[in-house]
Amino acid sequence: MTLLEIIRFAITGLAANRLRSGLTTLGILIGVASVIILTAVGNGSSQQIQKNIQRLGTNSLTIQQGGGGGFGRLSRNNQSSARRLTVADAIALTNPNAAPSIKSVAPVADANVTCAYEGSSSTPQNFAGTWPTYFEASNDVIRAGSYFSNEDVVQGKHVIIIGQTIVDDLFGTVDPLNTQITCGGQPYTVIGVLKKKGTTGFQDADSIAIAPLSTVQQSITGYGSINSIVVEAVSAPATDTAQSEIAAILNARHKIKNPAKTDYRIFNQASLLSTTSSNSAVFTVLLSSVAAISLLVGGIGITNIMLVSVTERTREIGIRKAIGAPRGAILGQFLVEATLLSLIGGIAGVVVGIIGSHFQIVGVTPVIVPSSVVLAFCISVAIGLFFGGYPANRAASLRPIEALRYE
Amino acid sequence: MTIAPQVPVVDIRDVKKFYGSGDTEVRALDGVTLTVYPGEYVAIMGPSGSGKSTLMNIIGCLDAPTAGSYALDGLEVARLDERQLSIVRNRRIGFVFQSFNLIPRTSAQAQVEMPLAYQGAKRQERREKALLALGAVGLADRAHHEPNELSGGQQQRVAIARALVSRPSLLLADEPTGALDTKSTQEIMGLLERVNSAGRTIIVITHEHEVAQHARRVVTMRDGKIISDEANAA
Ligand SMILES: Nc1ncnc2c1ncn2[C@@H]1O[C@H](COP(=O)(O)OP(=O)(O)OP(=O)(O)O)[C@@H](O)[C@H]1O
Ligand SMILES: [Mg+2]
Repeated sequence: MTLLEIIRFAITGLAANRLRSGLTTLGILIGVASVIILTAVGNGSSQQIQKNIQRLGTNSLTIQQGGGGGFGRLSRNNQSSARRLTVADAIALTNPNAAPSIKSVAPVADANVTCAYEGSSSTPQNFAGTWPTYFEASNDVIRAGSYFSNEDVVQGKHVIIIGQTIVDDLFGTVDPLNTQITCGGQPYTVIGVLKKKGTTGFQDADSIAIAPLSTVQQSITGYGSINSIVVEAVSAPATDTAQSEIAAILNARHKIKNPAKTDYRIFNQASLLSTTSSNSAVFTVLLSSVAAISLLVGGIGITNIMLVSVTERTREIGIRKAIGAPRGAILGQFLVEATLLSLIGGIAGVVVGIIGSHFQIVGVTPVIVPSSVVLAFCISVAIGLFFGGYPANRAASLRPIEALRYE
Repeated sequence: MTIAPQVPVVDIRDVKKFYGSGDTEVRALDGVTLTVYPGEYVAIMGPSGSGKSTLMNIIGCLDAPTAGSYALDGLEVARLDERQLSIVRNRRIGFVFQSFNLIPRTSAQAQVEMPLAYQGAKRQERREKALLALGAVGLADRAHHEPNELSGGQQQRVAIARALVSRPSLLLADEPTGALDTKSTQEIMGLLERVNSAGRTIIVITHEHEVAQHARRVVTMRDGKIISDEANAA
């Protein structure tokens, strides 16, 4: 009795009950495919989040108005004594002796204005007045034209650099460089266009317009406080020291005695990156366990169907034993049947899983984890062996006369 | 009569088979001694429930006796392990059942090849032997038919071909014609007679005297015991 013979018997056995074999296979298929797709979704979303954060610049820190510790929530009760962020704060941070880990500083004044050009209009999600250092700190690179200079800031020039969304809204196919647009009623000359950054959830990173700080303050926000300060650390590992240097300088300037109760908040991209990636790891584990459960259910389906099959074919087993089938041949036949079911289900599941991972799922582009494919496939085959083992052993242990008499 | 002692094919001594215990104990076999020599054609008769099938299953190594000894071709069956038993069933014994016991949805050819497959015979050899066996029972043209496409008599002939394909020394048949009409019965009995004249030992259980007529020796059972064992007059 060769293995090939046993496999042939097993295939005949499965083919005799196509619908049932098909449905059992489907259980394993769904299990394997969901393991592959769900881990791909988990992996894809965590990669997406990381990419988005990296796109903002991992070296950069953002200081915003508001209370609490490093990441604390806004505490209203100390708002009265709170000082607002000012350009003077930003200038203080540029002191290389007090803050050796800081490479550059850019104060930002946000405005909510609408820009228009020859009848078309667009409201940038982010309209920022800032210094030229902003571009490097926030990873904004121009694809055409030029950045504005410190001179432009000092002179309060009406120049502007816009993102692709604004270009599309206002100009369509027209070359926007050196044209004049109006933003909040003020004329600006477009001197540069930023490279595309893409969309982050609801945030369109390309719906952006950047002008010199003094120009925006003079014409829109006034010279009072600013909204945020973007700081670039000398390197990614230096962001933590940069954060404590910022805290030391600002606490002194804002006369804060309790470091847990500040009137500003520092967002550290690098630490945000590590929290989100550990969050998405939890997410992936959750998804995978859901998938693993469905694989287990598929496995129990195999046991169930094989038990039914053994019971239904008890007489056949008796006949085979009466004509001299050794125990091993019966055991082998049922084991191979179970393994074939899970193998076919596994292969189909891998195919469906890989195809399914090419589609966007709830806005996430799945990225297949190769080990999940190998693992899901191996587990499905192991399930066939394991869950088929009990029914197969039961079939092989039947005494010939009992099996033959079975009604 | 030769003087040289022959090893009996079947040598059963004081075999007992009890089912259940206490009040509900059934003595299916209650001390049976039977010796069958090579080339014999034995019919076993007796009323329903007298223990014929029980005895046959023990001879066919499908069941084990509660007590007593059984030697097949001089081989003590009780001493064989499972693997050896399956080899004995495969090579030394051919079993034919009243209800045919063919495997559903399997062609006649595949049914007959099956005992050879369990022996590990090569594909070509299996095919040739199976076709030969099917030819011997007159079913060469039905090789690719499945059981539900065959008449009762044809199914029983496939079963006989399957029992004979591995050339066993002993052919056992438990009411092989019990489910067949007169014409098929005659065909099957003719077939068994030819098999016997080719030198094979045959034991047949039957209720019909016409069937028993074909045998050289008739054993009669009642209540788990042999009550008569005589040569056939004819
Ligand atoms: N598995 C079993 N459990 C309990 N009793 C059994 C079992 N098998 C057989 N018997 C009993 O053993 C006795 C002999 O049964 P057996 O099948 O050998 O009779 P038989 O001579 O072949 O009858 P028939 O001519 O009707 O086939 C019967 O009384 C039967 O009820
Ligand atoms: Mg009987």
